[in-house]
Amino acid sequence: MTNGTPTHIETMTSDLLQADGVRAGATAGPIGPAVEVREVSKAFPGVVANDRVSLAFHHGEVHCVLGENGAGKSTLMNILSGMYKPDSGAVMVEGREVTIDSPRRAIELGIGTVYQHPTLIPVFTVLENLMLGEGVGVRLDVEGGLRALDRFAKTLGLEVDPHAPASRLALGQQQQIEIIKALWSGSKVLILDEPTSMLTPQGIEELEKVISQLRDEGLAVIFITHKLHEALDLGDTVSILRGGRVVGSWGPDVVKTKSRSEMQALIVGAMFGEGAGSLEDVAEVRDGVTGRARRRGLPNEPVLELVKVSVEALRGEVGVHEVDLTLRRGEILGVAGVDGNGQRELAEVIAGQRSMVGGDIRLCGESIARAGVGRRQSLGLRYVTDDRIGEGTVGTLSVGLNLVLKRIGEEPFWRGGRIREEAIDQAACDLVEGFDIRTPGTETRCGTLSGGNLQKVVLARELSFDPKVVVYNKPTYGLDLKTTLAVRDRIRDLAESAGVAALLISTDLEEILDLSDRIAVLFRGRITGIVDNAPGVERHVGELMLGGDRGD
Amino acid sequence: MATVVTDVVSTSRAVVRGASAAKAGTSARWAWLWSLGQAIGPILLALLVSAALLLALGKNPLTFYRDIVSQGLFNKGGIQDTAIRMAPLLLMASGLIVAFRANIWNIGGDGQFLLAAALVAGAGPPLIGALPNALAFVILCVTAVVVGGGWTVVPAYLKARYGLNEIITSLMMTFVGVNFANLLIKGPFRSTTTQVPQTDVIPFKELLPRIPGTRIHVGLVLALIAVFAVHYVMTRTAFGLKLRVLGANPRAAAHAGLSIPRLTIVGFMLSGAFMGLAAAVEVLGVWGYVRADWNPNFGLPLFALVFLARLNALAVIPLVGFYAVISMGGHFAARQAALPDDFMLMIVGLILLFMTLTEYLAGRSERGGYLSAGLKKALGKGGGDE
Repeated sequence: MTNGTPTHIETMTSDLLQADGVRAGATAGPIGPAVEVREVSKAFPGVVANDRVSLAFHHGEVHCVLGENGAGKSTLMNILSGMYKPDSGAVMVEGREVTIDSPRRAIELGIGTVYQHPTLIPVFTVLENLMLGEGVGVRLDVEGGLRALDRFAKTLGLEVDPHAPASRLALGQQQQIEIIKALWSGSKVLILDEPTSMLTPQGIEELEKVISQLRDEGLAVIFITHKLHEALDLGDTVSILRGGRVVGSWGPDVVKTKSRSEMQALIVGAMFGEGAGSLEDVAEVRDGVTGRARRRGLPNEPVLELVKVSVEALRGEVGVHEVDLTLRRGEILGVAGVDGNGQRELAEVIAGQRSMVGGDIRLCGESIARAGVGRRQSLGLRYVTDDRIGEGTVGTLSVGLNLVLKRIGEEPFWRGGRIREEAIDQAACDLVEGFDIRTPGTETRCGTLSGGNLQKVVLARELSFDPKVVVYNKPTYGLDLKTTLAVRDRIRDLAESAGVAALLISTDLEEILDLSDRIAVLFRGRITGIVDNAPGVERHVGELMLGGDRGD
Repeated sequence: MATVVTDVVSTSRAVVRGASAAKAGTSARWAWLWSLGQAIGPILLALLVSAALLLALGKNPLTFYRDIVSQGLFNKGGIQDTAIRMAPLLLMASGLIVAFRANIWNIGGDGQFLLAAALVAGAGPPLIGALPNALAFVILCVTAVVVGGGWTVVPAYLKARYGLNEIITSLMMTFVGVNFANLLIKGPFRSTTTQVPQTDVIPFKELLPRIPGTRIHVGLVLALIAVFAVHYVMTRTAFGLKLRVLGANPRAAAHAGLSIPRLTIVGFMLSGAFMGLAAAVEVLGVWGYVRADWNPNFGLPLFALVFLARLNALAVIPLVGFYAVISMGGHFAARQAALPDDFMLMIVGLILLFMTLTEYLAGRSERGGYLSAGLKKALGKGGGDE
């Protein structure tokens, strides 16, 4: 091993130690921002992702960049972390104009990034993962690495086992390691991309502590999120991106002096413009989220029953183990859980896309364990997949054909095996209208639609032609707020007015709390508990998401 | 009140439809132009580069190309040769389109072709001697279809059941098929009347009937019918759409409840059946016998042609026609210019090279390429962009 490690550590530690000095400097007189973007623009075919964005990120400050999906947050982050080059504009680090042409360059400039999804190598230990990027030496300087890790852990108030394989850590712990990794070579700026999306409520609390610790150490933290209350909770400075532009930015002078509700009004106004009033019920906008009361008087008529359903775990999955669930007519049963705990396996086994290794599934009392995907579909069991591009639609086919994709060869759209275009066109136009699918026409290739409209195509297909039970897998994942609301309304309406039972699998706890009558929690492929939804239930659900009293 | 509501609904539906038609109209016009450019561009570039090579070899490219066209297209006998050559090519192209549309890489067409050819040539002379010609032809064609389709069963089953890569398995089956065909010709089917190992010869007047007034046999008519049938099935029927869904997005096919194993096996066998039929037509229409080690290698250039046609069966017709002109006229032109026949293969190679470049540019400009998304993913190039 080269002698790189100790030097790095010295730099880092001294930075951490100097933090007070920096802050003192900040209070004493003006000091330049740690990172600044000036008039940065970046366009992709068809969209301007960043349009003359100017923002400054200061030492000792958590700067929340808030915006909906597609607002340009990720593009901005990718520019700072060296993944994209801006088309125009300047990036300044410590007052000097720089060109960040690679992720390596970003790290050299002291900009560390924690991505939304884990990037640790599962079979490596924590220490090995941390020391991956170091030098070109032959031998790892384990001693030096351990010392450095110890210092980081102390500063951040974390407990870390350096020799545990990364795969054995919970997601929250993995994220802490990602943060240390981003800081490992002396970063002074930390970018966090939607860091709470994979965490339980408890994990989020710990993350918030770590972030405040880092701020106190003098780091510039850039916190990217689409959740308003997170920005309100954490941000010293809050900036709003909308359609690639900065539509609002408030420094500590404003954020600290205004009340929470005043801030919220400011932000909502900037994010959604006029018409924001109608959005006040939104979970994202509400101050914190809690469960709603379970509806009374639901008929006690089971429509979907899972009896000890087990699914083999394929590579990298957890499988499903002896899951018992009963879904009643008109009920919305939420399935909460951190991503990767068997959600897709559960959805697919119900839809018939995976085979069971044990157990039984009954639809309206009849076993459908031996029925194929098509048969279940025609019996009224529908599956809204979480992968709308990869399996939900065929991009090269028209919107019209995608709307009847699960009825190929069936009357009235086909007769004697021959297509009847008028019939398909008729039905497609009705669905396009009924589900407000924004498409130039029914002949348009499905692949050209936006994510939100693709999801509407999928919903239109699954929720039409007499559904009885619908399995929703992350139905609003990656959608903008207005579409998210429309989708949630539809799920609720269908359950309440048409009696269509819904199994709502989601990693967004707010969504589950907002819609469900009961909440089942999935952990490592098992149901750790089923609770009635009620205000204040989130804490308990959060514990169940970590395995509950079964422990682990 | 009710009528008002209905009116509003039907009006807005008409608006949706109108917008759809208008938009589809303009984009279709451009897409059509782009497809045409994609089909012709690589050919023109290949011809240009070949011209440069001819110049470098001290030949006059204009004379060379003139020889090709005059022999392959404007000479009375030549154009008939061209048409005769089109028959097996069109049938094989149909087989490739069925398979490629469904994301099935039937690379083993030559093996399916040769094995069917050997059986037709072996069983042909005795059958035609014993039965009325029409009946014998039907039996032989059915045999060829069964042999061609049957030779795909192994790769088809392995792909459907175990997900084994059919590019490898069908190619391996080609080696087996080609050698097995030779074994048959040198063994049980060997003619006792010739020195060179070959089958007995079907007398010229007993071959497939000719189109009146020409030397062109009815196999060409059969091939054209096959192309139109494939086009109809792929674009207008539920079965064709299922194959296309499987080809464009296999996961969506599974999600929609299509039986992927069954579609894979049926599509694969259908593809092989066309290869077999092509062999029957070529043997019964042109040769009347098969020599040992005969292998016209029709498969490779056809890959280029069906992708230039973007897997559209109708668009394949002019391209196959063009290729038949080049290969029949090229034979003559190469001899005139004292070049080996292989020069024509080089032109095909150049076309493939320029297709690759066009595909790359198409990917860069986010236009449709020759390959569907599913095929691209199968090949592992650029699939991540989707």
